[in-house]
Amino acid sequence: MTPGEKRELRLGLFFVAPYLIGFSVFMLGPLVASFVFSFTDYDIFNRPTWAALDNFRALAHDNLFWTSLKNTAFYTVFSVPLGMLVAFSLALLLNRKMKARPLFRTIFFLPSIVPLVAASVLWVWIFNSQYGYLNWALRPLCDAVNWAFGASTAPPNWLQSPTWAKPALVIMSVWGVGGTMVLYLAALQDVPKSLYEVADLDGATSFQKIRHVTLPMISPILFFTLVMGLIGALQVFTQAYIMTKGGQPGVSTLFYCLYLFQNAFEYFRLGYASAMAWVLFALIAAITVLVFRITGRFIYYEGGGEQ
Amino acid sequence: MKRDFVLTHLAVLALSAVFLFPFIWLLTSALKPNELLKQWPPIWVFSPTLEHIRELFAPASPFRFWQFLSNTLFVCAFTVTGNILASSMVAYGFARLRWPGRNLLFYTMLGTMMVPAQTMMIPVFLVFRRLGWIDSFLPLIVPPLFGNAFFIFMLRQFFLTVPRDLLDAARVDGHGEIAIWWRVVMPLSIPAIAVVGLFSFLGSWNDFINPLIYLLDETRYTLSLGLAMFQGQYEAQYGRLMAASALMTCPIVVLFFFTQRQFIEGIKMTGIKG
Repeated sequence: MTPGEKRELRLGLFFVAPYLIGFSVFMLGPLVASFVFSFTDYDIFNRPTWAALDNFRALAHDNLFWTSLKNTAFYTVFSVPLGMLVAFSLALLLNRKMKARPLFRTIFFLPSIVPLVAASVLWVWIFNSQYGYLNWALRPLCDAVNWAFGASTAPPNWLQSPTWAKPALVIMSVWGVGGTMVLYLAALQDVPKSLYEVADLDGATSFQKIRHVTLPMISPILFFTLVMGLIGALQVFTQAYIMTKGGQPGVSTLFYCLYLFQNAFEYFRLGYASAMAWVLFALIAAITVLVFRITGRFIYYEGGGEQ
Repeated sequence: MKRDFVLTHLAVLALSAVFLFPFIWLLTSALKPNELLKQWPPIWVFSPTLEHIRELFAPASPFRFWQFLSNTLFVCAFTVTGNILASSMVAYGFARLRWPGRNLLFYTMLGTMMVPAQTMMIPVFLVFRRLGWIDSFLPLIVPPLFGNAFFIFMLRQFFLTVPRDLLDAARVDGHGEIAIWWRVVMPLSIPAIAVVGLFSFLGSWNDFINPLIYLLDETRYTLSLGLAMFQGQYEAQYGRLMAASALMTCPIVVLFFFTQRQFIEGIKMTGIKG
């Protein structure tokens, strides 16, 4: 290394020093430590003892672990695509010729900045089966169905029902798609008008235009929101912690990170929780790679795509 | 065409009603007298009362709004300052300096953004416990002093757009890199800095899991932790709960109306260039 390079290196390292220190103390060190912990028995009060693969073996036989994984999968599989679909539809709608677009954009965006804890407290009351407005709105619908088919449907008990608690949390998540919608809307406005004009000349229907012009043109941003959405959904925690008292009714909303948190900070099974944390990490990495593989060829990057 | 125009507006109006309804429910419930709260069907027109809000501000209220608010603002102030200073400094090092290993480190940083926080959570907790920082604000305000990968990435992208000639001119004038970062690049990047400040404020205001892990004594609760605990204790008191939720949400909504452009820009910046 020449003296000049050395000087450059020193200067560069000086500027990124905060990150380097933070990275070692809050990332690299803890990553190694939790990896080691995952092979130990550790209850915080006594020294960790080596347990080899016991934690992972126990996980495989832990019903709650599998339940939490299934619950999280349910939440992810429904909330992510549904959220993307709603965000995309709203963006398409707002992208049409219309009045007061900024006002409506604000209305759809606003829910996404409501603090999650405040939103959770609010939605508990909305989902209240006796006095909440959701069931007030659904009641006429059920009555109509009952009248037409002679059925006896009633609005669900939402958070009190093992069947409906998870769908309730999915519904709540859709309320917060405003950020995604803003992204889609910005992407839609960047699609060159000329492409639509050409499609018009070819006699394309609106649906064909969406399918063959809009979707390919905004595919990078769809992909980005898909990956971020999946990662976020797999880490769902706050809503369940607050709204369903740590996974109730029964264990129907016991999500992965909730169970991880309980193991770590309520049962003090730090080794076990660390093993869970690494399984989550592996899962997220695997899903991200999988999504890259599957969707890679559907993504269109303008200008060749070296991204 | 005309028909399309009308249909679009009808659809948008209907959907915005759906999205607005939870807010209306929040406000009406916060202002509804207790005896009307549990009426079926819900009553939408009534003479509003401030009893729930007044109860929250009563001296013995378990939801100590002022205390929680000042705790939250204290944490936010440190987080915002730390994130802006540290992230911009690091971003400058990545964007405008050439040094061996820079790209390797930068891409490592991008890669680590995928690692879920839960994986580091336990050892980080143990470190703070060893330092005796449990039940203090330190675990919430110290980590941002080292920057945040997300903000560093965003600022780096922005710093790259500052014209090279400006920096070279400053170098010719004999300014050091610190001066260039602080006096040339920072003033030109106010829009991006504002976005970082805003998002970091929001993140800190909304953060729940860290206060939950690290704060034990009620006098140190932040608004989110305070509201969550309040909800646990007063499950059935919907009027008070809605009043408290509204109090926590209002500042954010007001902030949003003053910073709409930064919000939208920030979302685009973090999303599209990502």
